[in-house]
Amino acid sequence: MNNPTLQKKDKTASWLMFGFITAIYAAVVFLELTMNGNHILFTVLKKGAIYSLVAVSMNLLNGFTGLFSLGQAGFMLIGAYTYAVLTMPVEVKLSDSVYRYYDCIVTFDTGLIIALICAGLMAALFAALIGLPVLRLKSDYLAIATLGFAEIIRAFFQWGAMGPITNGANMLRNYLDLGDIKIPFTDIPFPPTTFVFIVAGICIAIIILLINSSYGRAFKAIRDDEIAAEAMGINLFRHKEMSFVISSFFAGVSGALLAMYQFTINAQQFKSALTYEILLIVVIGGIGSISGSVMATFLYVAASEWWLRFLDDPANNILGLTILRSGFRKLVFSIVIMVIVLFFSRGLMGDREISFKGIVDKIRKRKNVKAAAPAEGGEGHE
Amino acid sequence: MSDTILSIRDLRVNYGGIEAVKGISFDVKQGDIVTLIGANGAGKSSTLRAIAGLVKPQSGSISFEDNEITGQDSTNIVKKGITLVPEGRKIFADLTVLENLRIGAYLRHDDISKDLEWVYELFPRLKERSWQAGGTLSGGEQQMLAVGRALMSRPKLMMMDEPSLGLAPIIVRDIFSIIREINKQGVTILLIEQNANMALQTAHTGYVMETGRITLSGSGEELLNNEAVKSAYLGT
Repeated sequence: MNNPTLQKKDKTASWLMFGFITAIYAAVVFLELTMNGNHILFTVLKKGAIYSLVAVSMNLLNGFTGLFSLGQAGFMLIGAYTYAVLTMPVEVKLSDSVYRYYDCIVTFDTGLIIALICAGLMAALFAALIGLPVLRLKSDYLAIATLGFAEIIRAFFQWGAMGPITNGANMLRNYLDLGDIKIPFTDIPFPPTTFVFIVAGICIAIIILLINSSYGRAFKAIRDDEIAAEAMGINLFRHKEMSFVISSFFAGVSGALLAMYQFTINAQQFKSALTYEILLIVVIGGIGSISGSVMATFLYVAASEWWLRFLDDPANNILGLTILRSGFRKLVFSIVIMVIVLFFSRGLMGDREISFKGIVDKIRKRKNVKAAAPAEGGEGHE
Repeated sequence: MSDTILSIRDLRVNYGGIEAVKGISFDVKQGDIVTLIGANGAGKSSTLRAIAGLVKPQSGSISFEDNEITGQDSTNIVKKGITLVPEGRKIFADLTVLENLRIGAYLRHDDISKDLEWVYELFPRLKERSWQAGGTLSGGEQQMLAVGRALMSRPKLMMMDEPSLGLAPIIVRDIFSIIREINKQGVTILLIEQNANMALQTAHTGYVMETGRITLSGSGEELLNNEAVKSAYLGT
C-alpha cells in the first residue's frame, strides 16, 4: 500500500514544520525580551509581519483564485482608518488636538481587539460592494478597475465632507498604537513585535486553512480553468466574491496593524505605489506560494530597511567608495530585484511551499539503507 | 414518459446575433447511450452547453426527469444529476489527480470514498498517479481524469463533448469501451462526436446535426448503414 506511508511522512513533516514555526516565534519573544527594543531588527520584524499578512492576502486573490486585483492599498487604508478612528480616546476626538478643523462625530471608542476586527470587517464590506460590479471583469480589466477603486477610496477618505469622521486630508494620531498594548489585567506593556507576530500569524494560519479546505480547492479550480470549474457546478461569481472579500478582510487587518506600528496615519501614504510594493513581494516570493510570500516579505523589508542602509551613508564607508550617498540604496536594490526576477522567473518558490518532506524522505531512505545492509549479510558498505 | 430522462423541445441558442442552434428537439432514454454527430459548427457543443447551464438558451425547453431545467445555473443542474465532460478535457492542470477528482464531487456533502474507489477501479492508471499534477498526465490519461472527475458528482446523465479529440486511435478505443462500461453500470450518456463511426457503433440512438438542426435520427446501426451518413461522415 502506497497511501498510508505517504500520509505518515506528511505527518512527520508537518510536525517538523510546526516545530520550526514555534522555534521562530520563541526566538522572536526571546530576542524582544533580551535586546533593546529600538534595534532596527524589530522594525524589520514588525514591518515584515505586517507586510507578510497583506502579501499573503494578495496571494490568496492573485495566486490562488487567479484574480489579478490591485486594490490592496485601498483596503489597507480602510482598515487603518477604521482602527484609528475607533481606538482614539473620546477626549482626544472632542479636543482640538487631532480634529482641528472638524468636529468629530464618532463619540465613542472601542478596545483594540474589537477595532482590529472592525477594521477587517469594514474593508470586507467595501470589498463586497465593489466586488459586485468589478468581479464580472477579467484579467487586466479587473486590475484596472480595482486600482481605480483603491484611488477613489483614498480620495473619498480625504474628502472634506468626510472630515468629521476621517479628519479630511489631515493625519490621525493619538490612537492606540503598539506602545499602548498591555498584557491583559496588568499594567505591563505587551512586547510589540510579539503582538504583531501573533496577530499576523493567526490571520495567515486562517488563510492557509481556507486554501487547504474544499473552498480553497474550488478557488484553485477557478484559477486553472473557469469553464471546467463552472461545469463542475462551482458558482464562479460567488466564489470569486468570497475570495475577494476574505482577502480584503485581511488587508484591512494588516492596514490596522500598520497604523498601530506607525503611530500616525494619513491617506496620502496608501497610494497605488504601496500596492505595487506588495505585488512585487508576491511576485518575488512566487505567485501561489504562501511561504514564498512570507519569505520574500522579510527579505524585502530587511534589505530595504536594514541591510542596504549602509549604501546611503557616505560616512560609513569601509571600502573607500565615493559613490555612496542617500538614495544609492534604492538603485542597488532595484538591480538586485531585477537579478532575482531574471534568475527566478517564477519567484523564489514558484507555486511550491517550504516543506520538510524532502528532508524526512532523505532521512528515511538512509535509515532504510542501513536497515537493509545487515539483512544482506553485512556486506559492509559504509 | 417515465423512461425518458432528458427531453429537449424546440431549443434555440444564440451567440450575439448568430443562431447556433435553430430549434432542435430530441429525447434521451434512461440507460441509453445517445450520440449527436455532425461537422464543426453544427451546434452540437452549444446544445450541450445549454443543457449544462453554461449558456442560456434563447427559447425552447429542456426537461430532466420531468422537471423543467431551462436557464438554470450550472450549480443547480449538476446537483440534479447532469454533468459535462468538457471539450478538450479542461482538467485542472495545477491540482493533483486526487484534487481534480474531489472538485468533481464539490457539491456533494456525503461520503465520497466509495465513488473514488469506483473511479480508481475504472481507471487504475489514475490511482497510480493520485499525487501527480493533472497537467503532467498524457492526453489519454487527462481524458480519463476528465471522465473520472465528472463521475465523482455521481451523475444520472453524463454528457461528453468530443472525448476522442486529439487522441491516438487505440486510446480512443479504450475510452469508448469505458464509456460502455460506465453505461452498463447505470449512467445514461449523451455523447457528441466527430468520430462518427466510433460513436455510432457505441450508441443506442443517434442524431445527425447540420447547421443548427437535426436532419436525421435513428438507432446507431441504422445510421451507420444510412447512405447519406456514410458519404458525409464515414467517408466510405
